[in-house]
Amino acid sequence: MKRLQGIAASNGIAIAKAYRLEHPDLTVEKQTIENPAEHVRRFQQALAKSKEELEAIRAHALKELGEDKAAIFSAHLLVLSDPELVQAVEQKIEQERVNAEFALHDVTSMFIAMFEAMDNEYMKERAADIRDVTKRVLAHLLGVTISNPSMITEEVIIVAEDLTPSDTAQLNRKYVKGFTTDIGGRTSHSAIMARSMEIPAVVGTKEATAAIQNGDVVIIDGLDGEVIINPTEETIAQYEQKRATFAAQKAEWAKLVHEQTTTKDGHHVELAANIGTPNDVEGVLANGAEGIGLYRTEFLYMGRNELPTEEEQFEAYKTVLEKMEGKPVVVRTLDIGGDKELPYLDLPKEMNPFLGFRAVRLCLNMQDMFRTQLRALLRASVYGNLKVMFPMIATLDEFRQAKAVLLEEKEKLVAEGVAVSDHIEVGMMVEIPAAAVLADQFAKEVDFFSIGTNDLIQYTMAADRMNERVSYLYQPYNPAILRLIYNVIEAAHKEGKWVGMCGEMAGEELAVPILLAFGLDEFSMSATSILRVRSQLKKLSKQEAERVKDHILSLATAEEVVRFVKETFQ
Amino acid sequence: MQKTFKVTAESGIHARPATMLVQTASKFDSDIQLEYNGKKVNLKSIMGVMSLGIPQGAQITISAEGSDAADAINALTETLAKEGLAE
Repeated sequence: MKRLQGIAASNGIAIAKAYRLEHPDLTVEKQTIENPAEHVRRFQQALAKSKEELEAIRAHALKELGEDKAAIFSAHLLVLSDPELVQAVEQKIEQERVNAEFALHDVTSMFIAMFEAMDNEYMKERAADIRDVTKRVLAHLLGVTISNPSMITEEVIIVAEDLTPSDTAQLNRKYVKGFTTDIGGRTSHSAIMARSMEIPAVVGTKEATAAIQNGDVVIIDGLDGEVIINPTEETIAQYEQKRATFAAQKAEWAKLVHEQTTTKDGHHVELAANIGTPNDVEGVLANGAEGIGLYRTEFLYMGRNELPTEEEQFEAYKTVLEKMEGKPVVVRTLDIGGDKELPYLDLPKEMNPFLGFRAVRLCLNMQDMFRTQLRALLRASVYGNLKVMFPMIATLDEFRQAKAVLLEEKEKLVAEGVAVSDHIEVGMMVEIPAAAVLADQFAKEVDFFSIGTNDLIQYTMAADRMNERVSYLYQPYNPAILRLIYNVIEAAHKEGKWVGMCGEMAGEELAVPILLAFGLDEFSMSATSILRVRSQLKKLSKQEAERVKDHILSLATAEEVVRFVKETFQ
Repeated sequence: MQKTFKVTAESGIHARPATMLVQTASKFDSDIQLEYNGKKVNLKSIMGVMSLGIPQGAQITISAEGSDAADAINALTETLAKEGLAE
């Protein structure tokens, strides 16, 4: 028995035999040839065969996955019919007298580079499409077979380095029970497909293909991101139990997708989701979120070599707002610094990055960058229910400055004749103890607060959450934290403002009754936690919770709080 | 012959619209070109059309040469109108 740790990409538990999806070596060598006509003919044959296969895959995808997913293959087919591509390859063979494989590789590499260089995420993804299509044609030219997972006829776990769109479309849900890959993250193509197919997946294990042989029994734990190879009978029994428990829970939660979040005594709270990219909205809606409580915009800025343009940001914000169809979307302005670096900003290294030049501090200093983001947000505001929130506010002056910049940009846009919504709420994150203590003053000027517990806890306890030796101080239930949270909620309510929470804590089973007792208005968490929390809230009563509020606030240690809450609410 | 349009679609001519245009153009024998911002591409080439990155408000010109040029322009005009892409 061996265990691998990876990233939980799609939840659930699967147990089956391993099927290795092999990708043959498609290395191409340049050869000078005598018979270009023969190579052009071979190229055309390979194209024809590839089209035939893609037509079959497309039809399959249409039936199994729906029109959206099948559209990928319509685009692939058009690439294969693209006269610019086909003619360029043929010309290269004829004029430069090179082999078909090399000509194809050379021409497609040029197109791939062109699309990758575009500053539009959508166009960049098209580069992957071209690469995918090229592989198929190359395999035909080289006379090697690519794995054909649509031929699988028994229950399997797919093991691969990575999965391409055409790989996943060929997977038959009847037989494919789960998959694991060496590379990828929660937002990689393979992870997104696994969630849409609703099969468990663990990606980014680094060594799945090295550790797993065809026919090994494999457990995929998509809840905790674990892969277990050749488990003992006892372990299998344990995971069968885990699978049954999860299935039963899921069935119960699924009934709540279209319901409002209401407590037993009829009190409504809003359950929202945290997202990083427009692609996440699909999961947000599928899990019945009532809004987006935190859109982390830094992903737009990361993994690239230059700042995103206003247009690029506008497209992303607009997409999210439109897809949410009028439900609230709280967008946090750029929160960079701390553990999140942007190499291209070329900022000096700091001794204490978490206490340093980050988030709104950086934005107020680098105003061009900040204004670009605010303009994109303001322009997008007419497409939905936008709320803007500034991170890492420590003083009222910072909030006033940030808000003033926002209003300046708004006035400029209006003067330019650009439509901007008049109903944009402007709020702030409460994650610095100074802001939490002075919440009554802030509450007079903000439209809302959102409590960021991860940082609030680390700053209040003066304990680096990345440092394992002091991790025991990361105590969400420490009464000091709870009193700060309560203070923020009380202060806001006195001014008629609402309070959300977008840290990990909002989705924790133990925290939910406490936050309900304190009067939190909006709970924002990862989309997959929403139905679980909705189910929990339906069983709780706000009045009953409120009765123990004073007692919770009077306790002395985190242990006392945890024990009391467990005894009272479970 | 040629015809000029103004792109009205909010996200310009991206994935799906590009696919529709290329599919329509490919039905005709004529040589069909799409011009935007001084750059001209083959309208039967999906990669060519997408590489232009045509935004909302853009002026685009479609030109066709060949036996069925008039039919091609009509069909493309219809596709642009039907999909709400340009006028």
